[in-house]
Amino acid sequence: MNIRGIKAIYNFEMSRTFRTITQSIASPVLSTILYFIVFGSAIGSRINDIDGLNYSSFLVPGLVMLTILNQSISNSSFGIYFPKFSGTIYEILSAPISPFEITCGYVLAAASKSVLVGIIILATSSFFIELSIIHPFWMIFLLILISLTFSLFGFIIGIWADDFQKIQLIPSFIITPLTFLGGSFYSINMLPEFWQKVSYFNPIVYLVSAFRWSFYGNSDVNIKISIFAIFFFLGLCLVLISMIFRSGYKIKT
Amino acid sequence: MNAIEIKNLNKSYQNGLKALENINLSVKKGEIFALLGPNGAGKSTLINIICGITKKSSGQIRVFGRDNEADYKKTRSMIGLVPQEIATDSFERVINTLRFSRGLFNKPSSDRYLDSVLNSLELSHKKSNQIRTLSGGMKRRVMIAKALSHEPNILFLDEPTAGVDVALRKTLWSYLNNLKKQGVTIFLTTHYIEEAENIADRIGVINNGKIIIIEYKKKLLKKFGEKKLIFTINRKNKSINTINSIIKKYELKQKGNKITFNYTQNSKKDPASDLLSELNKRSIRFQDLEIKKNNLEEIFINLVQK
Ligand SMILES: Nc1ncnc2c1ncn2[C@@H]1O[C@H](COP(=O)(O)OP(=O)(O)OP(=O)(O)O)[C@@H](O)[C@H]1O
Ligand SMILES: [Mg+2]
Repeated sequence: MNIRGIKAIYNFEMSRTFRTITQSIASPVLSTILYFIVFGSAIGSRINDIDGLNYSSFLVPGLVMLTILNQSISNSSFGIYFPKFSGTIYEILSAPISPFEITCGYVLAAASKSVLVGIIILATSSFFIELSIIHPFWMIFLLILISLTFSLFGFIIGIWADDFQKIQLIPSFIITPLTFLGGSFYSINMLPEFWQKVSYFNPIVYLVSAFRWSFYGNSDVNIKISIFAIFFFLGLCLVLISMIFRSGYKIKT
Repeated sequence: MNAIEIKNLNKSYQNGLKALENINLSVKKGEIFALLGPNGAGKSTLINIICGITKKSSGQIRVFGRDNEADYKKTRSMIGLVPQEIATDSFERVINTLRFSRGLFNKPSSDRYLDSVLNSLELSHKKSNQIRTLSGGMKRRVMIAKALSHEPNILFLDEPTAGVDVALRKTLWSYLNNLKKQGVTIFLTTHYIEEAENIADRIGVINNGKIIIIEYKKKLLKKFGEKKLIFTINRKNKSINTINSIIKKYELKQKGNKITFNYTQNSKKDPASDLLSELNKRSIRFQDLEIKKNNLEEIFINLVQK
């Protein structure tokens, strides 16, 4: 196992993060807080409680999830796409480091960054509302697990993409719509029955629901099903990435 | 054991282009091997396959006896690669990019070693600069430093002196010679015949994906690097016997009045002037003196055009 190699990639990615701290950390934090102020405090005060929670409290877990998903995907897809674009990938390909170890380096770095952003957002939101976390262990566990899963997903996108547009394609046209429709801003129970059923096909619903459960103890979906769904998606990504590496897909000519 | 042993290597790219055809090649431990060939000959493809950047279609590659795919962690840790194109992380600092390379190749950190590499490549004063602030030639040296950061046994340089000024080229050559003295095996590609002539021990010529010749530089120069001295003997010469004895002595070829002398010239001896002074001494008249040169450049052009 080339631990030093994993560490080298991890440190490289983290130093890139801190070199561009305004773009990589300050910007997602700021935009989430803006959402929070506009939807939570300003508009939210006119919205009835949901599941016994006032709207701004209800909103926090969903907003963190929204940011985490986007951050994880964009961090790691960009992290691996950029060396392909600039040509510096040659060094990684010629190094004694396995595909699995390469993936570890990039995915762990992207996930760390997401967790960091998530924690900063939570800390900031505690200035606006009374933040209660019923299952703190589960909250951290889910935060890490979901960050890892979607960083891995982003990594797959970054490997598959051969231009900048493709990196944006899946996040813009699949992930963002699914997150917005995934119960970040509302409870699935508020939808007409037909759309509730449709929602259960949206994987994001399970993430948001589980994450909200760790805060307030109630959720749209059974927590076990949620956690199963997250692991299922993680497994899917792992299978996909190992298939990609076995074929040398799009990296080696 | 050879540093590199390539057997029946073939490569076809996905678009069907056959870039390498049945390559057989070995690079001896501790030598400088230069691969010469025109644009598109397949030089970079060959290097990239050995180093793990490009996949081979068939054949076998061994690096110090180990298969470069089955045993890739071992083989790659012995290899340093300087690719043809400069590709660097512009915003990274020089020393950090070296630390990154060393870590990637699973070596414990050692700034002392990295400093010595920077020093020998005359980059010490740029150690803490961002790479984007360096000149092109400096960036190329950073690429070399990166390739050396993990103390490789074999160094691959894909056109190391493309776009490098004459002075730096000479510096690089002596640097490579130093590395060779330390026991590093060096494999380089080049368009510059002069480069191969200057530093290589052995030379391979590749064209259209096929190896045309592999030979020790000295032999290659000798084999093809002969000069021809051509002149005609004046009919008025009477001493046929003397002429015949000279023809015999110098193994001259005679065709009517036309005499051809094949020889190899070097810094120590110049057989042509020996012959001419002997002719003078014996008062043998000659005319239409002509010298034809065969240097590596002509050899190369001849080989490639065949
Ligand atoms: N990724 C690729 N896909 C398809 N064909 C390729 C690819 N890379 C190189 N080739 C082709 O393979 C052949 C050999 O290319 P290669 O880069 O190995 O040549 P080279 O000898 O290094 O040339 P140069 O001196 O110009 O660097 C060329 O015809 C080139 O067009
Ligand atoms: Mg080339």
